[in-house]
Amino acid sequence: MSYEHVNTSLAAGFGLGRAEGHSTAIPAIASRWRALIGFIVARYGLVLGFLAFWQLSSTVGWVNPAVFPPLDVILSALWSGLASGALLDDIAISLQRSGIAFAAAVAIGIPLGLFMGQVRFVEQALDPILQLFRQTSALALYPVFILMLGLGETSKVFVIFWATLFPILLSTIGGVKEVDNKLVEMARTYGAGPLTVFRRVVLPASVPAIFVGLRLSATTALLLLIAAEMIGANKGIGFQVMNAQYNFQIPLMFAAILLLALLGLAANALLVLAQRNLCRWSQPNA
Amino acid sequence: MSASQNLRRGEVAIRHLSKSYRLNGTPLPVLRDINLNIRSGETLAIVGASGSGKTTLLRVLAGLEDPDAGEVLIDGKRTRGVGTDRAVIFQEPRLLPWLTVLDNVGFGLETQGLFRGAARERARRYVQLVGLQQFEGAYPRQLSGGMAQRVGIARALAVQPEILLLDEPLGALDAMTKISMQQELARIWRDEDVTTVLVTHDLEEAIYLADRILILPREKGGEPRLIEIGLPRPRDRSAPEFVRHREGLLHLFGLH
Ligand SMILES: Nc1ncnc2c1ncn2[C@@H]1O[C@H](COP(=O)(O)OP(=O)(O)OP(=O)(O)O)[C@@H](O)[C@H]1O
Ligand SMILES: [Mg+2]
Repeated sequence: MSYEHVNTSLAAGFGLGRAEGHSTAIPAIASRWRALIGFIVARYGLVLGFLAFWQLSSTVGWVNPAVFPPLDVILSALWSGLASGALLDDIAISLQRSGIAFAAAVAIGIPLGLFMGQVRFVEQALDPILQLFRQTSALALYPVFILMLGLGETSKVFVIFWATLFPILLSTIGGVKEVDNKLVEMARTYGAGPLTVFRRVVLPASVPAIFVGLRLSATTALLLLIAAEMIGANKGIGFQVMNAQYNFQIPLMFAAILLLALLGLAANALLVLAQRNLCRWSQPNA
Repeated sequence: MSASQNLRRGEVAIRHLSKSYRLNGTPLPVLRDINLNIRSGETLAIVGASGSGKTTLLRVLAGLEDPDAGEVLIDGKRTRGVGTDRAVIFQEPRLLPWLTVLDNVGFGLETQGLFRGAARERARRYVQLVGLQQFEGAYPRQLSGGMAQRVGIARALAVQPEILLLDEPLGALDAMTKISMQQELARIWRDEDVTTVLVTHDLEEAIYLADRILILPREKGGEPRLIEIGLPRPRDRSAPEFVRHREGLLHLFGLH
């Protein structure tokens, strides 16, 4: 039959392909290495280039090394700060402030957002005031919080909490509201009551949106941390940035700035990791 | 369970059913005084022009819409809202993207009270029934459209409903997948004796699968018609009687 004919010629074609694949096995490893290097260059090349340029221009004297010290000087300032334990205290107190505030924002923002996203009239009633609060910069409110809560730890934690609450709250509400109603309907036809629909459909469907809020909040937390520590603090990484600048310890100042950047990267990496584990279903290559 | 109860399982009676929607403030009548008995274990196809109310009728049967007047009785009892005696297969598969194929198929079993382990065990049988055992652990995004629809069908069958309600389940598939799925459905229904209501706009599909075909009128004043397909199974699409049925239906739609 002519159909079978087509079949055999197709099979021959596949066989040929397989043979070719085998003979190219060794060059394939080399090309994988090349791909890896290419990936690193593409992804981090610009950062590495920037750092090299900094080091070069500072040592050669294109820029004033008193303002932009070479990287090795900054790194050794960082190292001695860490080794002597002086910076460790600052890291600890900064982590504590932003950690408490972030945890409180998560503990309040996610449940509240899940509730508000489900109950339409609550959301409609609260939305205008939420928008108003969100549009008012937390930094502008910091003096108000200081008046209310004093210049101590409480106002610092509160201003960070305030700023981190809204990204979490709003993305959780958004996530819940965007849940595909068709899936909810499907669950109902299988006898799922409101609680089961929430647990089995609404909650898992909102997780990706919640993570967007969490990552936004983590960035905001560090931003507000620095601002809060620049006013009326005598400890903390943000305080060190200001203090080192004031005392003209420029390498230490940059060391503290670098520390902040690393903290931000670490927080983000942690959240990305958690997201990968919780949302394996949405990753293309999991 | 006594024999008489067994005989009555999945019998549907539709009495004086009317339903209209509101469109820009004015009522839009969709279904008007529908009366119909669906026999236990039979497959009823519903065909009709677009907008004739096929989906609406199916959603009322499912309990997802309330009728304005009239009632739906299942085994003599009036329905109120959704119920686990019915399972719906929608035009889209409506799988939960965060669950594997196996857990999607077991979803209905879990919401109906089975623990996950037991649900999985039973779901596995139905995954095999639709030929997806190799994809048990796959997520919905890793499936083709036809495979996803098969998962939806398995999920519905797994809860062993008395009545299966399908809204153009194969409408989005290509011609070849569609025919092979029709054959698969015919095979599944031969083994699982379940009352089935199948909305479709594919006349050949209706003749191939149904015991009877309900034709909803195009104009709002028209009467619905019911046609008996008495062909033996498995059906042959090229048999003269099959072709005659198709021509008759086309004629009814004024297309011949
Ligand atoms: N939720 C709704 N609100 C208002 N009108 C609706 C709604 N759902 C359906 N309709 C109207 O009811 C009529 C019948 O719709 P239905 O979806 O039942 O048609 P159908 O026969 O399934 O059509 P199709 O073959 O295109 O799927 C249409 O005129 C539609 O505009
Ligand atoms: Mg429809």
